[in-house]
Amino acid sequence: MRTRPNYLAGLAAFGWLLIIGVPLYALLNTAVQPRSKYTDGGPLSIPSTVTGQNFVDVVDSGFLHYMWNTILVSAGTVAVVLILGIPLSYAVVRGSGWVTTGVFRLFLLGLAIPSQAVIIPLFYLVNRMGLYDTLWGIILPTAAFALPVSVLVLSGGMRDVSGSLYDAMAMDGASPARVLVSLVIPMSRSSIATTCVFAALQAWNGLLFPLIMTQSSDTRVVTLGLYNFVSEYGANVPALFAAVLLSAVPILIVYLFARQALVQGLMGVGDK
Amino acid sequence: MVQNLRARRAASTLGRPGAAWAIPGLVFFVVFAVAPMVGIVYLSFTRWDGLVAPEFSGLENWSRFLKDGEVLQSTIVTAVLLIGNIAVQLPISLLLGVWAAGKQRNRAVLSAIFFVPLLLSTAATAIMWRQLLDPNFGVPAQLADILGDNTDLLGSRSGAIACLVAVTSWQFIPFHTLLYQGAARTIPETLYQAASIDGAGRVRQFRHITLPQLRNTIITTTTFMVVGGLTAFDIVLLLTNGGPGTDTAIMPFKMYQTAFRIYDYGYASAIATFLLLLATAASLVLVKVSGYDKMTSTLEGL
Repeated sequence: MRTRPNYLAGLAAFGWLLIIGVPLYALLNTAVQPRSKYTDGGPLSIPSTVTGQNFVDVVDSGFLHYMWNTILVSAGTVAVVLILGIPLSYAVVRGSGWVTTGVFRLFLLGLAIPSQAVIIPLFYLVNRMGLYDTLWGIILPTAAFALPVSVLVLSGGMRDVSGSLYDAMAMDGASPARVLVSLVIPMSRSSIATTCVFAALQAWNGLLFPLIMTQSSDTRVVTLGLYNFVSEYGANVPALFAAVLLSAVPILIVYLFARQALVQGLMGVGDK
Repeated sequence: MVQNLRARRAASTLGRPGAAWAIPGLVFFVVFAVAPMVGIVYLSFTRWDGLVAPEFSGLENWSRFLKDGEVLQSTIVTAVLLIGNIAVQLPISLLLGVWAAGKQRNRAVLSAIFFVPLLLSTAATAIMWRQLLDPNFGVPAQLADILGDNTDLLGSRSGAIACLVAVTSWQFIPFHTLLYQGAARTIPETLYQAASIDGAGRVRQFRHITLPQLRNTIITTTTFMVVGGLTAFDIVLLLTNGGPGTDTAIMPFKMYQTAFRIYDYGYASAIATFLLLLATAASLVLVKVSGYDKMTSTLEGL
C-alpha cells in the first residue's frame, strides 16, 4: 500500500525541516558564542570560537533558583489538579442526579473562561488570601484553570471503564472509596498521565500568573526570569539565548526518558 | 429470581459516589474561576485604582468603552490574528501530520525533529524570535541585500502581524501536527486499499478518505487555535509589546496594560468582560459543533 515514494511531500517536509532547524541552529550557535563574535557575525554565522561562559553567567545570576521554583509550581499544580480532579470526575461519571449533569456542564462552561479575563479579581483574591508573592499564588489559579480540561480528560477515561466491572465490585460490597482506589484509578492510568502532562505544561508555560502574582526574585519562575532578562541583559543576546536553552533542559530530559508518555499525553489532550 | 433483581438494584446504587466527592473540586473551581468571573462583571461598573475600595460608577466604563477607538482596532487585530493563525496552521499541520503518520523510517526521524519547538515555552520562543528578528543584530541585518531598507520587520503594522502569525505557527504547528499524526494512524488501512483497487489516486484518496476521517481532529485543533488566539497574551507582550504603537495590542494585552500599567482597574474590567463574552460565544459555538456536551464515552465515538 502506498509504496510509490511521495517526492513532492518529501520536498515539502524538507522545507519544513529548514523552517524548524534554522532558528534552532541560530539558538544553539548564539548561545555558545562570545558576545563580541555575535555582534560581528550574527545568529547564523559558523562558530569559530565556542564558549560556555554564557551559561556560567546565566547560572550565576540565579537562574537555577528560578528553575527550581518552576519545578515546585509544576509539581504543586499537578498535585492540586489530581487531588481535586480525580474524585470530582469520579463523582461526575458514577454519581447521580445534579452532580453528573450540573457539575459537568459547569466545567464545560469553564473551558471558555480565559484566565486573562478574570486576572483582576484573581489578583485581588490572591492578595486578600495573603498569597501575593508566594508560589501558592501561582499554583492555585493555574490549577483552577487547568481543572476544566483535566475533568474532561479524566471523566472521559473513567467513562471507558466497563460498567460490569463497577457492578461486580459493588456486588462484593466495595465502598465508593475502594472502587476508586482499586478499580477506577488503575483503569484510567492513561488519562491520569495525560492530565499530569497537561497540568505540568500549563504551569511550566505560564507567564501571566507569575507576572501578576509575584514580585521578588525569591519567587521568580523561569518564564518570568526570561522576561526580566530581556531588560536586564539588554544587548547580551548570547547570554539570553543560553538562558532560553537552559529553560528547556527539564522538558528535554522528560522528552528523552519518557518520550512516549509525553507524546501520548499531548495527543490525549487533543482527543478530548 | 427476586433475589437476583434485588441484588442488581442494589448494585446500581451501591458503591456509587455521593455528591460529597465532587464538592472540594467544585468549591475550589467556584472560588478561583466562577467567582472572579462574576467579580469582573461587577468591577466593570466601578471606578477602582487598586488602592482604595472600588466605587460604583454606573455605565461610565461602558460608555467610554463604546467610544474608544482602540477597542475597535484591538478587536480587529485580534480577529485578523485569529484568522491568520488558523489559515496558516491548519493546512500545514494537517498535511505534515498525515505525512508523518506514514511508517517510513525517515518520516519517523524527521517528525522527532519537528517536535522540538514544543520543548520551548511560549516565553522562550518569543524571546528567541524577538532577537532573531532584531533589525540591527538579527537575521534581517544579514539579509540586508535582499530586504533593502526593510530590515525592521516588527516596525510596521502588517510586518508585526505577519511575525506574530509566523512565530505562533512555528511554536504550535508541531502540537497540531502531533494530533493529526495520531488521528491519521487510526484510519483503517482497508479504506485506502479499497480505494486504490477502485483506481483512486493519491489526491482523491486524501480528499475522500483522509479529510473526512480527520473531521473530529480538525474541529479539535480549530478549537485550540480559536481559544489560543483569543488569549495569545504572552507572545504579544514579548514579541511586539503591542507595537508598533498600539497596532498589535490584542484584547488581553490592552486589558493588561490598562490594569497593570495604568492602574485603571475599572476600565480594564470592562475590556475583560468583553473578552469573556467573546470567548464564551466562541466556545458555545464550538461545543455545539463538536458535540462535547453529549457526555458519551469516546469508545462509542469510534
